[in-house]
Amino acid sequence: MNDDEPLIRWQWIADHTAELADYTGIHLRLGLLPVLFGLIISVPLGILCHRWRWLYPPVLTVSNIMYSVPSLALFMIFVRYTGLTEQTVMIPLTLYTLSVLVPNVVDGLASVPEPVRLAATAMGFGAVRRVIQVELPIAVPVVIAGVRVAAVSSISLVAVGQLIGQGGLGYYITRGLQLDFPTPILTAIVLIMLLALATDALLVLAQRLLTPWSRNKVTSA
Amino acid sequence: MIRFDAVSKNYPNGTTAVDELSLELAEGGITVLVGPSGCGKTTTLRMINRMVEPTAGTVSLRGRDIREVNAPELRRGIGYVIQHAGLFPHRTVLDNIATVPMLLGWNKKKARTRAAELLELVGLPAEMAKRYPNQLSGGQQQRVGVARALCADPPVLLMDEPFSAVDPIVRAELQAEFIRLQKELHKTIVFVTHDIDEAIKLGDNIAVFRTGGKLAQFDTPERLLAHPADDFVADFVGQDRGIRRLSFVNAAELPLRDGPVLPATAPVAQARAADEPWVLVVDEGRRPLGWASVAELADGGTLADASLTPLGHTFSLVGDSARAALDSALLSPARLAVGVDAEGAVVGVADACELSAGTTAVQAAAGEQASTEAESASSESRATVGKTSADTPGGGDR
Ligand SMILES: Nc1ncnc2c1ncn2[C@@H]1O[C@H](COP(=O)(O)OP(=O)(O)OP(=O)(O)O)[C@@H](O)[C@H]1O
Ligand SMILES: [Mg+2]
Repeated sequence: MNDDEPLIRWQWIADHTAELADYTGIHLRLGLLPVLFGLIISVPLGILCHRWRWLYPPVLTVSNIMYSVPSLALFMIFVRYTGLTEQTVMIPLTLYTLSVLVPNVVDGLASVPEPVRLAATAMGFGAVRRVIQVELPIAVPVVIAGVRVAAVSSISLVAVGQLIGQGGLGYYITRGLQLDFPTPILTAIVLIMLLALATDALLVLAQRLLTPWSRNKVTSA
Repeated sequence: MIRFDAVSKNYPNGTTAVDELSLELAEGGITVLVGPSGCGKTTTLRMINRMVEPTAGTVSLRGRDIREVNAPELRRGIGYVIQHAGLFPHRTVLDNIATVPMLLGWNKKKARTRAAELLELVGLPAEMAKRYPNQLSGGQQQRVGVARALCADPPVLLMDEPFSAVDPIVRAELQAEFIRLQKELHKTIVFVTHDIDEAIKLGDNIAVFRTGGKLAQFDTPERLLAHPADDFVADFVGQDRGIRRLSFVNAAELPLRDGPVLPATAPVAQARAADEPWVLVVDEGRRPLGWASVAELADGGTLADASLTPLGHTFSLVGDSARAALDSALLSPARLAVGVDAEGAVVGVADACELSAGTTAVQAAAGEQASTEAESASSESRATVGKTSADTPGGGDR
């Protein structure tokens, strides 16, 4: 690295705000859509695994194995089918979220107290209605805890997608390395961290709004 | 109303939870299922709303085999209350209560209006409607559980140890409230408990189960105490069943005598003349003030000057049972129970021996009556006998 090059050139940031904003938007999309898709897959899959317990171990094994495959390898596999597109980044990221989300959906459903489940059945809820109206709402805190982990790790993993040219803010990291210019690298890292923090804060807020009942654990006579 | 016909439940692991049960539960009464842990009470209860399917036999409700009815639909017509209320933590108290009406497709407003009525019926303040279950005490949660079970006005109510998870004081409160509610609502109630005292207090009829899911005896509480079918039942109802039986004898039927009763204005000399160790001092309305020990009275003056020993307690001829009367005798310094009328005025006194003799006479008369009726009548009408006298323990056994 060039010795008289400062760590941060504020002028560069000022010159690139619009472009940085664009890449931030792309980064968010690449990071968060997989979490949404992951959730759409995990909720029904988790319900099935909760209902038929024998299904859970194989599902868990498969999703854990996928998680252990390096992202680079997954990108290379999917490039053959989806080319150098955003999908090629999002599909592996979606698969990664499953190893966090499926167990959290299953644990969330398991957190429903047995008397509550029994009472729901005894009141005359059918099986499907019981899951939707009673069990899933009660599972929300545990599921959101999983979503927070999945979202933060997904946002940070997006940058790796730059290896196939779809890395959101990861673009600035490769550029900075190529040009031996630290400002874009640091800017991208800070922005990625801020995105992760903001997403996490929003999810905490969402949980508070969705589960007013889980607060105020006071017992008054 | 609810009829079990040779019903058995065997679990795949080989457990026989219920064994060849035949039982008919009368409409509008409380039937208590009681027995040691694991004897099949919960299983029996859950076979009524199809949460457990029998392996043999049929259960019918109002003459209809319950297997003909779709299970969730059947359950919406049967209230269910469990030990740890099982309230939905994510719904407010009001929405918890409105659960079944909402399932039945009522509109939200109507369901909530009805739920608010129920909240009042079970004795909870209206401002609790908006709370979540975790903001209620155990006793309050249990009340909400009862309100939820009653909201769609089902004719049948199943209760599985509903009061056993709360402390004894709250339990007694809930039981009293429950008796009051039932007098108003006349539901057909099946109530599970392992507590024989609770069974006797609440039941119009009691089914005692033994381990292995066998019905040991099905009878009214009085008959269960007076004539246990075998050693198991005798053992289960406990050593003090003689005392418990007193709960079923109305205090009004006991013989009382006038006894040494004097107004506070009476001179001490008059108390001495009564030739009794204790005299009962009363006010101008004949309401008892306390006992005066004659030996300790100062000479001269009136009884108003004497220091009185407290009564212990009196018993009321309207509402109390012989059990309260006997207790009153045992606690009295003079060993005399004081019977009062509705206004609290002294009617008479009796000692423990007199009360015991009177009780035996009443029980003998009632026993003859019950056995002649039992011979000529079906189990339905026997249940009715149980019902009239079951008012006594609720009112008198405090
Ligand atoms: N799903 C099941 N599989 C196997 N055995 C069971 C099952 N449910 C209950 N049992 C057995 O059936 C018997 C009766 O159980 P049940 O729950 O009806 O008893 P209970 O009288 O309600 O007992 P408690 O007073 O402890 O609640 C017990 O021996 C129990 O272990
Ligand atoms: Mg039980």
